Amino acid sequence: MKKVIMGNHALSYGAMLSRAQVIAAYPITPQTQVVELLSEMCADGTLDAKFVKVESEHSAMAASIGASAAGARAFTATSAQGLALMHEMLHWASGGRHPVVLGNINRALAPGWSIWTDQNDSLSQRDTGWMQYYCSSNQEVLDTVIQAFKVSEALMIPSMVVLDAFVLSHTYEVADIPSQEAVDAYLPPFKPEMRLTPSDPHAFGGLTSPEHYFEFRYKLQKDMEKAPDLIEKTGIEFEKAFGRKLGLVDEYLTDDAELILVTSGTVGLTARVAIDALRKEGIKAGNLRMRVFRPFPFKTVRNILKKAARVAVIDRNVSYGHHGIFYEEVKSALYGKGKGPVVHGFITGLGGRDVTVDFIKDIAAQALAKKKADAEIVWIGVKI
Amino acid sequence: MKLTTWLERKEEMKKKKAPKIVFTSVDEMPIMAMSTGSQSHNLTGAWRNIKPVINLEGCIRCGICWKFCPEPSIEIVDEYPVIDYDYCKGCGICAEECPTKCIVMVEEKK
Repeated sequence: MKKVIMGNHALSYGAMLSRAQVIAAYPITPQTQVVELLSEMCADGTLDAKFVKVESEHSAMAASIGASAAGARAFTATSAQGLALMHEMLHWASGGRHPVVLGNINRALAPGWSIWTDQNDSLSQRDTGWMQYYCSSNQEVLDTVIQAFKVSEALMIPSMVVLDAFVLSHTYEVADIPSQEAVDAYLPPFKPEMRLTPSDPHAFGGLTSPEHYFEFRYKLQKDMEKAPDLIEKTGIEFEKAFGRKLGLVDEYLTDDAELILVTSGTVGLTARVAIDALRKEGIKAGNLRMRVFRPFPFKTVRNILKKAARVAVIDRNVSYGHHGIFYEEVKSALYGKGKGPVVHGFITGLGGRDVTVDFIKDIAAQALAKKKADAEIVWIGVKI
Repeated sequence: MKLTTWLERKEEMKKKKAPKIVFTSVDEMPIMAMSTGSQSHNLTGAWRNIKPVINLEGCIRCGICWKFCPEPSIEIVDEYPVIDYDYCKGCGICAEECPTKCIVMVEEKK
């Protein structure tokens, strides 16, 4: 059924169709509508789930972990300051191997107090052991929640489904809402091998001596390494069932490109418009939109980027004292793999400043004009 | 199945010996840290410096101490609270919350 929905409600519908059993959340702009709709669904019986009102995001994640440990499918959503407050519990979720799915609306971190989009909130959680998907349309948000549960539960690793504040969260688009039967066929019920149950008492996540801790972390990394193939496989299954492709990345005109832009989130779709304009001017540009950031899809990124002589990575984030975070990661993916493209890094759109087609055309022009890699940050649209 | 109270179940578990878990390879290990009943042998009540004592004459059976105990080391037996000193760490929350002040904290003598 096609419906015009906002990005936040795409998360709610994704959780509903995935038959989330426990939703624990605390409201925060710009995430509020996600849990508003889910609480209504729980109240009117549309969704057979327990809605837990908590007093903070730290508790929202703690409750989600508890639910997941007891064998329930758990969903929550947050943004920026809320995600930062969850930080400790994010490690508990991944370390305890609880496949919670979290919707995060990318919002700039304070101060100055901001509700507008940038990626520093979710990218600050890069090393928490969560998978991260960056979405660029409401349809993709809805679909990704369903896929994320499937991948998470197969690997027992939690997932974050990320979308841009306002640019996507509050933008209404047409989305195809799949039937419950079709989603049920794609996503079976959550049946963990081990769970908390009074009849067979266990304690999870207790004191772990140096004799064992190292191996738990080794196993988490080894399972994370299985994720790229599984995301591809479940993406193909998704396409067969619903007609929409969900891959590790989204390519646009990369095959003959001299310059490939690396983008994520909604900037990835604005880039397509810029690329169409650039191609009319005779510049062969293409776009690699990173859909999955963790696990980092090394092989896929390398194979695509080696087609071009130049790469421009556009970051709506910054790692202070280093570079844009996607820029760092793309460079590391190419390291030691022979002669690769020249990679330039651009930072733009922090704190919700619009990333326009003109900005992206400017980025392409600057990347083509530079002779060699200088590892300097180029700031686009900053008032200097 | 015979219904047993939590205190009785605990006594049963204490009789069993805690197994020492040793893994020789990473493949044998579960994916997360997990223990089976280790708390039945690790009596954390030994950490206590002060202990709650209930004067049942003042107890109005409200259940507030049972509800607030974070451990949880209070069980309701025949409508009255019973403290499990094997695990009570002496935090004093029950005494603080008791509306009739029939729970007092007294110094442990060891």
